[in-house]
Amino acid sequence: MTVTSSGPLPEETYDVAVIGAGVVGAAIARELARHRGLRIALVEAAEDVGEGTSKANTAILHTGFDAAPGSLDARLTADGSRRLARYAAEVGIPVERVGALLVAWDAEQLARLPELAGKAERNGYHDTRLLDADELHALEPRLGPGALGALEVPGESIICPWTTTLAYATHAVLAGTDLHLNCPVNGIRQDGDRHELSCARGRLSARYLVNAAGLSADTVDAMLGHHDFTVTPRRGQLIVFDTFAGDLVRHILLPVPTALGKGVLVAPTVYGNVLLGPTAEDLPDKRATESTAGGLAALTGKGRRILPALLDEEVTAVYAGLRAATGQDDYRIRAHPEQRAVTAGGIRSTGLTASMGIAAHVTGLLAEVGLDLGAAGELPPLRMPPLGRTAARPCRQSGLVAADPEYGTVVCHCELVSRGEIRDALAAPVPPRSPAGLRRRTRAGAGRCQGAWCGAALRDLLERSPVREGV
Amino acid sequence: MNEPSARSVDVLVVGAGPAGLAAATRLAARGAGRVLVLDREQQPGGVPRHCEQRGFGPPGRWWTGPEYAARAAEAAVGAGAELSCGTTALGWAGPTTLDTTGPQGPERITARTVVLATGARERPRSARLVPGTRPAGVLTTGELQQTVHLYGQQAGRRAVVVGAEPVAYVALDALRRAGTETVAMVTGLPRSQAHAARAQWARLVGRVPLLTGAEVVEVLGRPRLTGLRLRRHDGRGAVLACDTVVFTGDFTPDQVLARQGGIALDAGTRGPAVDAAFRTSHPGVFAVGSVLHAAESARVAAHEGALAARSVLCHLTGPGRWPTAGATVRVEPPLRWIAPNRLTAGAPTACTFLLRTDRFLARPLLRVSQDGRTLHCERLHRTAVPGRPVPLSGTWTAQVDQEGGAVRVEVD
Repeated sequence: MTVTSSGPLPEETYDVAVIGAGVVGAAIARELARHRGLRIALVEAAEDVGEGTSKANTAILHTGFDAAPGSLDARLTADGSRRLARYAAEVGIPVERVGALLVAWDAEQLARLPELAGKAERNGYHDTRLLDADELHALEPRLGPGALGALEVPGESIICPWTTTLAYATHAVLAGTDLHLNCPVNGIRQDGDRHELSCARGRLSARYLVNAAGLSADTVDAMLGHHDFTVTPRRGQLIVFDTFAGDLVRHILLPVPTALGKGVLVAPTVYGNVLLGPTAEDLPDKRATESTAGGLAALTGKGRRILPALLDEEVTAVYAGLRAATGQDDYRIRAHPEQRAVTAGGIRSTGLTASMGIAAHVTGLLAEVGLDLGAAGELPPLRMPPLGRTAARPCRQSGLVAADPEYGTVVCHCELVSRGEIRDALAAPVPPRSPAGLRRRTRAGAGRCQGAWCGAALRDLLERSPVREGV
Repeated sequence: MNEPSARSVDVLVVGAGPAGLAAATRLAARGAGRVLVLDREQQPGGVPRHCEQRGFGPPGRWWTGPEYAARAAEAAVGAGAELSCGTTALGWAGPTTLDTTGPQGPERITARTVVLATGARERPRSARLVPGTRPAGVLTTGELQQTVHLYGQQAGRRAVVVGAEPVAYVALDALRRAGTETVAMVTGLPRSQAHAARAQWARLVGRVPLLTGAEVVEVLGRPRLTGLRLRRHDGRGAVLACDTVVFTGDFTPDQVLARQGGIALDAGTRGPAVDAAFRTSHPGVFAVGSVLHAAESARVAAHEGALAARSVLCHLTGPGRWPTAGATVRVEPPLRWIAPNRLTAGAPTACTFLLRTDRFLARPLLRVSQDGRTLHCERLHRTAVPGRPVPLSGTWTAQVDQEGGAVRVEVD
């Protein structure tokens, strides 16, 4: 069980190096870790897992009903969705099957709904239902005026994206994977039957390579001499509303997709907040995760139409994420047999949903290019902290608090996070290294005061933790 | 094992800040029975706990915030109130029953009377929808004070304070104490909202320029703040280099518990609507202090706590009738809100209303009317300043028609 974030890298030659510890890379590492004979390195440029696209998205577990039929995206999304739903139940990732409503706001959109229902059928999804305006308003009484009808997709779910990535990485590490953080890859050299990765922290060698570098997948591919695609970041800005807004909406409210993209949705989150977003802006800068006045104004304008009462509620957080758009609709997953490498690129909005499907597919491709996987075994049991609104926080559980009063000592008042949970997160196999990392593991500081009351206390706990001293 | 333990008290005060402690002290001293004060923090005293500046306490005293907090807690305990810190109210289990938790475990507390004194909080940067990156180094005054005064942590080298309310100058003090240089204060208003002497001192002696008529339109830098993009109202822009920014003021009531209980809120203050006896819409539930009018000084909050204690005692010993909603009090722009904002028969008429304004108003004439009938006119003999209390006498409340429309307060 090794997680490093500074100092030299091990001299051993790994069987597989997975570049990128986002939701896709971590899922691949977890899948490979089931094969206990393999030595695996998960290499991440940032100081934590899931620091890129994986932490800032719409947190939806899709059915894949609207994918392009026959595409790899459609296949892996449907497969991944089933796998992740099962995995979530097993390890305690918060998921709620709230269902989605594709809301038609004009006659043209209304006319497109049957077509979308047909597309869902072609994707093997048979549970859609057309709703008239009355049925729609009965399901969503706070919906703004003017909605003409909707397509109901009952299988669409909301999920905690942070716990998902963390569970994959934790599982991989528990099964023996080495996770190297703060370790950007600057160059790749072929040395006989090995890849020599030149990293910011030194050299790392591996026989097989997986490129799951997300926004940087094209850069890493170029290091291998491939120029199959270019990643153009597509920014999505999102607004998170207070949990008091949670009563306003019951389903994921999707717009009818247009040529310009999937559009702005309103959705509950598993934490009880309401999400409004995303925008879609193609940008040249892979680090442009800032929100803009124009983006926020566009979102509030759309939100006011969809759910007028939403705008009377307080905003808890604003964030922006970048999707790895490649100018192609489908994933760019490709094996390079001569180099013993697989690239998982162009994983866009369905990446979270499809992650386990992609992992299984990539593992298969690695075997095809010559990796001897050996037998697959069971992973060690894992239970993630329940961060969802449907679970009772430890401070509410008499038995837990009686056994350990630290679970009754609330540090983050907005989200009811106890010192016991923070202690546990700091002692976990993949511990946080920043307040943001701690927030993603416990929700401490993610509430309506955004750390105004607990920020200093959280920094104090983080700085005094042995993890910090070791990094 | 998951059933909470239960107990009963006469008065349950939620929040051991200046208002809650003052109410508890009076109630316990006057024989209200078992008075229990909860606070979610580990130490009592509320916001003054982390206010190192002097000026707290009764007129003539010159206590620091922590000194004041300690004395207020001692007074409450000395009078016979029970103080339970590190105890968080989770929600309601009945009209006057709260579920709580703490190191002793979940508990269900039923009271004859509940006093909500949950205070206020500053809106963080996100709630103000300030765009940009999300770097480290973005604080509110409360977080800054805790950082500096409670935890002795670093607060960066170069700071910008956004806001010019009195609390912004408190932030300035905390930054100075932390050894952080404040490069500027920024306000969208045309001048400082603090007392002239205070503002002058900061500008001339502290050498902190005040940029007026300017707004922060973008936060820059990652992972740490590197600067703020400003836009002046005349359209000019600039970037201020800094590694710390403190968003001050813009207080909002911490009304979570009130709202969870379905207690009627006032649209202006966004806190519980109360009458002059601090009665909310729910029988047996009072509210007091900054949860009603975010935010007032500790002195005002404590004064209200003492006044509320009288009303609570009347309720505990009296016939127990709870007045149903009478007329409401509303303000017209540029006034922002007024408290109390619920008029009921039998409430004290000698009360003072507190208002806020969005704009500076020189010696404004305040007019109170109901259904076109003027009830009261009063000229304020100073300038009404945004973010600072504007008082209005309550002598007119007896003339209100309880069956009539809303009472309107406007500036003539």
